[in-house]
Amino acid sequence: MSAVTLDRATLRIGDRAVLSDVGFNIEFGEFIGVLGPNGAGKTTLMRAILGLLSPTSGSIKVLGRTPERGNPAIGYLPQLRTVLPDLRVRGRDFIASSFNGERWGLPAFGRHDYRMIEETLDAVGARDLATRPLSDMSGGERQRLLLAQALIGAPQLLLLDEPLISLDARHQEIAIDVVRKVCRERKITVLFSAHELNQLLGTLDRVLYLGNGRAVLGTVEEVVTAPVLSRLYGTDIQVLRTDGHIFVMSRGRDVERTDHLHDHHHGHEAGHNHHHH
Amino acid sequence: MFAYDFMTNAFAAAGIVAVVSGLVGYFLVMRGQTFAGHALSHIGFAGATGAGLIGLTPLWGLLAFTLAAGVVMGALSERISNRDVAIGVVLALALGFGLLFLHYTTSFAMQATALLFGNVLAVDHTMIATLAVLGAITLVALAAIMRPLIFASLQPELAEAKGVSLRLVSTIFLAIVAVAVAACAQIVGVLLVFTLMVGPPAAAQRITTGLWTGLVVSAALALADAWLGLTIAFYTDWPVSFCIAVLSALGYFATLSARPGRHVHSEA
Repeated sequence: MSAVTLDRATLRIGDRAVLSDVGFNIEFGEFIGVLGPNGAGKTTLMRAILGLLSPTSGSIKVLGRTPERGNPAIGYLPQLRTVLPDLRVRGRDFIASSFNGERWGLPAFGRHDYRMIEETLDAVGARDLATRPLSDMSGGERQRLLLAQALIGAPQLLLLDEPLISLDARHQEIAIDVVRKVCRERKITVLFSAHELNQLLGTLDRVLYLGNGRAVLGTVEEVVTAPVLSRLYGTDIQVLRTDGHIFVMSRGRDVERTDHLHDHHHGHEAGHNHHHH
Repeated sequence: MFAYDFMTNAFAAAGIVAVVSGLVGYFLVMRGQTFAGHALSHIGFAGATGAGLIGLTPLWGLLAFTLAAGVVMGALSERISNRDVAIGVVLALALGFGLLFLHYTTSFAMQATALLFGNVLAVDHTMIATLAVLGAITLVALAAIMRPLIFASLQPELAEAKGVSLRLVSTIFLAIVAVAVAACAQIVGVLLVFTLMVGPPAAAQRITTGLWTGLVVSAALALADAWLGLTIAFYTDWPVSFCIAVLSALGYFATLSARPGRHVHSEA
């Protein structure tokens, strides 16, 4: 059994086949970097793994089973994260709100729950966030809080959708380190989507590159090559390797960086579309 | 002051409504949907005047309209309930219709003032009983959906992934708000429901960051505003709704001027 298996799966949003006839196996405990141009289906794939979207053909197996909504074995950090601007709720209660949050009735959090929250916050180095309101937290702090939340309940699989967005370079590195450390310790399988490959190079086991309706899973050496990426981007791509860095270029321009510049706009558009479908 | 029947009645009615408003309003503020609550009350105005026109008790017309509007807003969820412009247009239209219905009502001015600004001193035992029942329904329903409501309010994307129906939660919640607004309008009038449904919860969220403490403080502040407002009105002869509005605003601004970032540590 693998952690995530897609077998000739096609995922559609409306009429558009975001991924068609895609197949791959992600093994337990792997750290997978999910990359690809905007709209390539990174978020869609994660939503399918969560059971929010069913393949129109083919099959998806997650932890050996057909995905279903609300699987407690999956930790999720969504890409589109609604941030209420003046939310005067402290970190601890914010996280606690997700405990059995799908059940009716009054919220009831015991000492045990709070201890678990604090331990997880400790694990990501953010214990002080427990008592601070969200409205006082910086982008990096909120991100860490959400990461802690995704780790609660001992998930076997962690889906992190663009967790580095809106973080500065230093906080991006801290976030990657934290995920790597915690997930290695707990043997959690990670799907980590990002715009930039280089930051993840030292961390990821394999890379899942999406583009043009296709998906290629393999080591960086296998996947991040001119022929494979040209096929995925649908344009002529060059790959330059220098000194531990990899640059993916299209007609002399760095593809990842130019993507990144438009990030906010596209990210939100994509998110909204998902919501309405 | 309690020697007068109308004052004891007013205290009872205002007390019920204040607690309900403080609790329901807490979530309205948390969800950033205060404008939707405001709109519901205006839509209710058309219902109340319409009911008066055909000889029904205004409360039932008010309730029918707010409830219908709440359910529609909730069902259209992301498309409508957070769109200020659409809500603004509909609430203006509703007020227009309210005016039209009033136009054909004989006791124009009396009716209008009571509906718009409340008339808590005219509350009788039947109304108190009605408000108690409405309040109880509201609180039971709120308790039933509280956990998914908080989850869906704070983290809609994750809540959806965990199997919460955002639309269902939003619809039930706005139906609850609709009932609370209808009850609240009986005390402070449709124009001033904010005084009990937004002022106290907003102040409470400045004072404490804990969920349960926030709810308790919100209800307590609303109750204090309502009862203190009645008391001041009794001794000064100023309109009750004015006194409550002033207290509500004072409470909010007092907490605003407290240094942001410093918060009370409290256990939930």
